[in-house]
Amino acid sequence: MIGVELRKLMLRPRNWLTLLLLCLLPFIVAVFLSVSQLAPPPGQGGAFLSAVLSNGELYPAAALAMVLPIFLPLSVAVTAGDSIAGEAGTGTLRYLLIRPVGRVRLLIAKLVALAVFVVVAIVLVAVTALITGVTLFGGGAEAVGQPGAVTSLSGAALSSDDLALRLLAAIGYIVVSMLGFGVIALFASTFTESSLGAALIALAVLITSSVLETLDAATPVKPYLPTHYWLAWIDFFRDPVFWRSIDSGLLLQAGYIVVLFAASWANFATKDITS
Amino acid sequence: MIKTHGLTKRYGRTLAVDGVDLDVRPGDRYGFLGPNGSGKTTMVRMLLGLVYATSGEIEVLGEPVPRRVHRVLPRIGALVEGPAAYPHLSGRRNLKLLDAAGPGGPRRTRKSRVEDALAAVGLSGVDSRPVRAYSLGMRQRLGLASALLRKPELLILDEPTNGLDPRGIHEIRDLLIQLNEAGTTVFLSSHLLAEVEQLCTRVGVVDKGKLVLQDELTAVRTPTGRVLVDSPDPAAAVALLDGRLEHRDGSRLVVRHDDPAALNAQLVGGGVRVAGITEQRRTLEEVVLEVTTSSADRIDGASRPGAAP
Repeated sequence: MIGVELRKLMLRPRNWLTLLLLCLLPFIVAVFLSVSQLAPPPGQGGAFLSAVLSNGELYPAAALAMVLPIFLPLSVAVTAGDSIAGEAGTGTLRYLLIRPVGRVRLLIAKLVALAVFVVVAIVLVAVTALITGVTLFGGGAEAVGQPGAVTSLSGAALSSDDLALRLLAAIGYIVVSMLGFGVIALFASTFTESSLGAALIALAVLITSSVLETLDAATPVKPYLPTHYWLAWIDFFRDPVFWRSIDSGLLLQAGYIVVLFAASWANFATKDITS
Repeated sequence: MIKTHGLTKRYGRTLAVDGVDLDVRPGDRYGFLGPNGSGKTTMVRMLLGLVYATSGEIEVLGEPVPRRVHRVLPRIGALVEGPAAYPHLSGRRNLKLLDAAGPGGPRRTRKSRVEDALAAVGLSGVDSRPVRAYSLGMRQRLGLASALLRKPELLILDEPTNGLDPRGIHEIRDLLIQLNEAGTTVFLSSHLLAEVEQLCTRVGVVDKGKLVLQDELTAVRTPTGRVLVDSPDPAAAVALLDGRLEHRDGSRLVVRHDDPAALNAQLVGGGVRVAGITEQRRTLEEVVLEVTTSSADRIDGASRPGAAP
C-alpha cells in the first residue's frame, strides 16, 4: 500500500507544481541578491541572508529559512489535508477500503507518503539552493576576496564539511517539525470530505499558534505551541551547537505526531464511510 | 451467500435500515428494489463493512461482518453509489493502482488482470486519456471493471446501469447473466423495476428501511386470473366467450379465466383462430407499488385543514 501511495504522490501533477514553486522562491531571491549585491545588514532580513554573499554554501540554510514560516507549512497542509479527505471527495476511499485495504494500513501509508513528500521537498529546496548559491555567490575557498570558511552564528569559523553536517541535521529537524504539523492536517482530514477544509483547519492552527507566539499573555502555553520550536534548527549553526531548544522541539513534535496519529486512527477506524 | 438478521442502522434520529432479514442464496441473481432513500445504499455499505450497523448481524460468504470483513472482501466485487476513480489518471492506471493496493495476485499477472477486466466491460480499446475526460457511461464501465478485477464469487452492485445508454444496459445485463451462469452470485440494488425484472431471479423490496417482500420473481408475479388472447376473429371469440370477456381492444381480448390451455382448446374447438395466448401475471411494478408507500424524495406540504381530501 505504501508503494501505491508513493506512486499516487508521483503521478499527481499538483505535487510537482508545489515542489517547483518551493524551489523557485529561493532562486528568485538569489537572483535579486546577486544582481544588486545588496545583502541585508547582519541581524536584519532573513536568517543567513547577510552572510550568503560571502559564501554560497550557506545559501541552503537561508533558503530553508525563507520557505519555513509559510510556504512549506502551506504545502504540507495541502498535501496532508488531501490524504483521507481527498480520497473521500473523489469517492475512491470506499473502493480502496473494499479492495480491501485495512483502515489502519491506509492511514500509515498516507503518513509515510506525507513524510516522503516532506523529505523530498526540503531536500530539493536545499539542493537547488546549494546549486544556486554556489553558482551565483561562489562557494568556500573560491569566494573572491573573502575568507574561505563560513562564520558560525557564534563567530567561530566552520569548514565546508562541518557546514554540510550541520545542514543535514537542520534538514532532519525541519522534516520532523513539518511532520508534527502535517499530522494536524491528517487528523483534520479524517473528519471531512473536503481536502481544502482539512488544509484550512491546519493553517488556522498554524496562524493561531504564530499569533499566540507574539503574545506575552500566552507565555504559559507557548512551549506547547506547534510552531514554538520551529526556528530551533538555526541553533545547529551555532558553535557549539545549542541543543536545548532542539531537544525540546523534537520531543514536542514527537508528542504531536504520536497523539494526533493515534487520534486520527481512533476516528478513522470507527467511522462510518458514507462518502 | 448473504444473510442478515435484524439489521438496523440509525443515523442520529433517522432510522435508515430497520430490522432487515436478508437472505441471498448461492447462484441467485438477487434484485434489491426500493424507492430512492429507502436505505438500499446504507444496506450495501453495511454488507461491505463501510458503515457499522447499530444492531443486528451480518454474514457474508459464511463469515461475520464487519468482524472478519477482511477475509470476505477479497472474494467480493462491488460498485457502491456510482463509480469513482482518480480523475487525472487513465482508466488503466486507475485499475493497476487498485489492483496493487490490496492483497492477492502477483505483480507479473497484473497487466493481464486489468486487460481482462477492461475487455469484459467493453473498454479494451480505451486510450490513455484521463478519467476526467470519460463520459458517464465509460466511468460506469470502468467501475464495473474494477468490481470484476478479482474474479469475485459475489458481485454487489449498486445501480450498475446508471448513465448507460440502452445498448450499454443490454451489454451489461448479458455480462451479468453470463457471469452468473459461470457461478457468480449477483446482488443488484436498484430502483429501476425493468432492470430487476429482466435480470433477476429473486427480489427483495425495501421500503423506508424495512424489507417488505422477499421471494422468487416468479412467485411474486402471481397470475391475475386473466388470460390475454390475440385472435384474427375477435367477434367470433367474443360470441363464444359469453360474458367472460373483460376488455376488448381490436383483436386483443382480456378474458377472465384461470387456465390458458383450456381456454385455447375451447376457442380452437369453437373454430376461432388464436394468434397468441398468455396468462396475465402481475407486473413487478404493480407488486412493488402495492407494498411500498410514497417515494422518499417526495416532500408534500402539511395538509391544510379544510382542504378537499
